Amino acid sequence: MSATLEAFDVAAIRENFPILKQQVHGKKLVFLDSAASAQKPRAVIDAMCHVMEAQYANVHRGLHYMSEKTSDAFEAVRDKVAGFINAASREEIIFTRNATESINLVAYTWGRTALKPGDVVAVSEMEHHANLVPWQMLRDAHGTELRIIKITDSGEIDFDSLEQVFADGKVKLLAITQMSNVLGTYTPVERLAKFAHERGAKILIDGCQAIVHRAIDVQAIDADFYAFSGHKLYGPTGIGVLYAKREILEDMPPFMGGGEMIASVSYEKTTFAKPPFRFEAGTPAIIETIGLGAAIDYVSAIGFEAIAAHERALTEHALATLGNLEGVNILGRAQDRGGVISFTMRGAHAHDVATLLDRQGIAVRAGHHCAEPLMGRLGVTSTARASFALYTTAEEIDALAHGLQRIRQIFA
Amino acid sequence: MSHPYQALIVERHKHPLHAGKPAHFDAQGQGANPICGDAVRVYLTRNGMDVHYEAEGCAIMNASADLMADAVAGKTPEQVERLRDDFEKLVTTGEENPALGELNALAGLAEYSSRIRCATLPWSALAEALHHV
Repeated sequence: MSATLEAFDVAAIRENFPILKQQVHGKKLVFLDSAASAQKPRAVIDAMCHVMEAQYANVHRGLHYMSEKTSDAFEAVRDKVAGFINAASREEIIFTRNATESINLVAYTWGRTALKPGDVVAVSEMEHHANLVPWQMLRDAHGTELRIIKITDSGEIDFDSLEQVFADGKVKLLAITQMSNVLGTYTPVERLAKFAHERGAKILIDGCQAIVHRAIDVQAIDADFYAFSGHKLYGPTGIGVLYAKREILEDMPPFMGGGEMIASVSYEKTTFAKPPFRFEAGTPAIIETIGLGAAIDYVSAIGFEAIAAHERALTEHALATLGNLEGVNILGRAQDRGGVISFTMRGAHAHDVATLLDRQGIAVRAGHHCAEPLMGRLGVTSTARASFALYTTAEEIDALAHGLQRIRQIFA
Repeated sequence: MSHPYQALIVERHKHPLHAGKPAHFDAQGQGANPICGDAVRVYLTRNGMDVHYEAEGCAIMNASADLMADAVAGKTPEQVERLRDDFEKLVTTGEENPALGELNALAGLAEYSSRIRCATLPWSALAEALHHV
């Protein structure tokens, strides 16, 4: 193990996550489903409880102490998020419910105004439904076209296919994941952004998976839009983020109408607030936003260098260990990949694998992982998936391997 | 709660007694779960007195189809309907019912609400087939 790993004290980290002490079916919980939603550290739990116990009122409207204090705490998270992804300004950070809502917001507002019928939105074969269905809905409602960029057999973006999709100059948006939630593949987003921009297209990046494992710099990437969810980043559910470049946001019409998003309202006419408030109708998820702030503080204090080194070692260990198991087939073998490993098992359906692992206290996901078209491309109907977080240990991966061997014995 | 993978479940998954499409049949019905790719086709012969099936899916569904074929052999449509109701109660509550015999091996599924449909899918296909008799 490397020096970085020795400095990374996973036992101490695990102490920060109360749920990891739970037992399941009388066995120690081995939680390998963090890509679906991560567990929460004590700091996040405490921050959310603190808001409700000591510092809560609605934001942006009260003239009283509690509202002022809560507004300050809420808006401080906007600064924190801007710093976390290196946005040029806090006005470029819009709070949403989750990444799905962030992408839908772009499709409904920017998509229906900046795009004309006949313009093309391009997505890859390895998108989560969240970055596919909104563009299909836009196509059906607005007359845009949807094109699919192929992936290679190793599970990486096929640049020949990318060239073909862009060849006629009609692509106006490349909407693409930064890390596949099925294959663990990282996409070269800087290169893709440059590629899209050189051809007159914008780029939207689904950063749901990637932001948990790597430091993100939206300016270095030159992302036009970047979406992520709080709950995969050790924060609560119900809070997500849309980053968009300021000049794009200025021209975007509102998403939903209501309180918060207006400048002035009369029966005849309403003028809308400036970004980001134009896109945040109604009382926001105040408690969850403050929880997200605590989650960002938590991962920032550990640092992505240490997190990435730990997870890289875990992934290598998992690929070697699971890859050696008789009858286990790992899907995808991208050069640049993270701790999300999908696999099938000869003679055992993924759902049987997941249920039998659960009996041993091991939580994995099974199914199509909200990526049905990708399942078709891979020639499977469902897979089992183990995914790692900063609290995952090599022993847990060994427990998974042992569990799979036991399942193999049952079905042999 | 009993383990959802009793020896009988694994045994019937690996060595089914009623799998396969009969050369002649009176009616058929099908069930599919696009979420996991499970698919089953049920065939009735002798006016619904015998049941065979073809299944592609998880061990729970395969075993459930096989145990169902056992349980409904020689039963009238009304008796089958009652068995189906009792079976659904079994897999949702986990409470064993002597009238269900070997089907009780699936009681442990009650702990896994997402897997109950695996066990009930062959029964939906059977109901569709009976509708055509």
